Amino acid sequence: MTDATRFDLASAPLRELNSALHKLSADTNETYWKVANPAGRHAVAAGLDVPVTVEIDGPVGYYCGGMNKQARIIVNGNAGVGVAENMMSGLVHVKGDASQAAGATAHGGLLIIDGNASARCGISMKGIDIVVKGSVGHMSAFMAQAGTLTVLGDAGDALGDSLYEAKLFVRGSVAGLGADCVEKEMREEHKALLAAKLDAAGILGEVDISEFRRYGSARTLYHFHVDNVSSY
Amino acid sequence: MCGIVGLFLKDKKLEPELGAMVAQMLDVMCDRGPDSAGFAVYGAGTPGFVKLTLRGPAGTDFSALGAEIGHLVTPRDTHAVLSVPAAEEATVRAALARIAPEVRVVGAGARMELYKEVGLPADVARRFKLETMSGTHAIGHTRMATESAVTTDGAHPFSTGPDQCLVHNGSLSNHAGVRRLLAREGLPVTTENDSEVAAAYLTYRMRGGDSLGEALEHSLDDLDGFYTFVVGTESGFGVLRDPIACKPAVMAETDGYVAFGSEYRALAGLPGIESARVFEPEPAKVYFWDRAA
Repeated sequence: MTDATRFDLASAPLRELNSALHKLSADTNETYWKVANPAGRHAVAAGLDVPVTVEIDGPVGYYCGGMNKQARIIVNGNAGVGVAENMMSGLVHVKGDASQAAGATAHGGLLIIDGNASARCGISMKGIDIVVKGSVGHMSAFMAQAGTLTVLGDAGDALGDSLYEAKLFVRGSVAGLGADCVEKEMREEHKALLAAKLDAAGILGEVDISEFRRYGSARTLYHFHVDNVSSY
Repeated sequence: MCGIVGLFLKDKKLEPELGAMVAQMLDVMCDRGPDSAGFAVYGAGTPGFVKLTLRGPAGTDFSALGAEIGHLVTPRDTHAVLSVPAAEEATVRAALARIAPEVRVVGAGARMELYKEVGLPADVARRFKLETMSGTHAIGHTRMATESAVTTDGAHPFSTGPDQCLVHNGSLSNHAGVRRLLAREGLPVTTENDSEVAAAYLTYRMRGGDSLGEALEHSLDDLDGFYTFVVGTESGFGVLRDPIACKPAVMAETDGYVAFGSEYRALAGLPGIESARVFEPEPAKVYFWDRAA
């Protein structure tokens, strides 16, 4: 690996960091960035579109790695609300806990959270793969459209409420399922899919795939049903 | 939006630093609430005495007022703390109303002092010299007004009982109904602010015998809307988020303190934060710490 390009947020403004990262070209030689003293600042390394690695030493605030394309973003600490929000591709790896709405609306890429994620993890996700090694809070995968949410711990109340076609795998307990979310059979194809996601997260073989349960949409909310007319 | 902070010290050695720590936390929260700011500090008390926090128009001569009333007064900008024997509290309040009707008693308690003003939070903290204050715990607020006007009366914290105060991020949807209940129970809410209703509700519950923890449990049933509350009492400090955790909250605990911030940024400058246990308070779960415990 090339020497890291170092950036200290205690001595230079965040705008300068993000601006420098946005100006990188696809063939840049500065492929490894080390960021010090984030101190919970918002939008650190948001909006990247280059295949570089950005390693952030410390806790970040809201929307870290938001809209990410191609880049690998590693947070050695906790992340605030909306980490990897609307990510398109690449990787965001949070070594601590993540706050609410982790991976919200994201279309692609992989989000790994080593700790817990709080409420609404994967809300309206559209193709991202999320692997949470701890537990997720309530209303996770709310209106989740595509992609996978894998949780090694427990899920809070109303998991997968108004779910579309995202696939949810939970190893621990589920406090409650949201509207139209049901447990589904874990067939071989689903075990293979889960294995691939665990492999991508670097933990294949560390957990027993047979311990996971799969949850998905019962598809009863997809279309207007005349019996519900009085509800509107 | 609004920003709220709270700090409860477990290590006595940190007590002289309380004000400086909270001032720094409020400063970082300026951009969550630039309209007004306020804070309550639980400092030293004298047994048998009550501290009345007074607020007057700019230029009020609190020293002269204290001399006239005959009690020790400590002015801080537009506010002053008057220390009076508990037995004389009613007499002093009556005298104040007579001599200086433009001066209001905004907080009372054995140890609580309460300051709030319109303006950028960092400036408000400096005006009151928050960084010089010591104490055991404190709560603070930076306000971005939503439900009522930007006035000093509408700034947080709200105090509706002795040594009790509350800061709130969110908005209550049933505050009009609760306001009527409290009026019937003899606890009129003086401002249009929904957060004062929450403060008075907790006072109402505690007056009926609830502990702070029990009062917070009951507010889950009786208060509707979005809220993160941080509450102070003479000996305690509590936190409650609504059941869907609409408003942000993060806490840090070390051997030295328990700290609350709307965002981690507010906690980032605290001593030993790198090794603190950092967590988000869970929705609908009452947290409280008590010095007496």
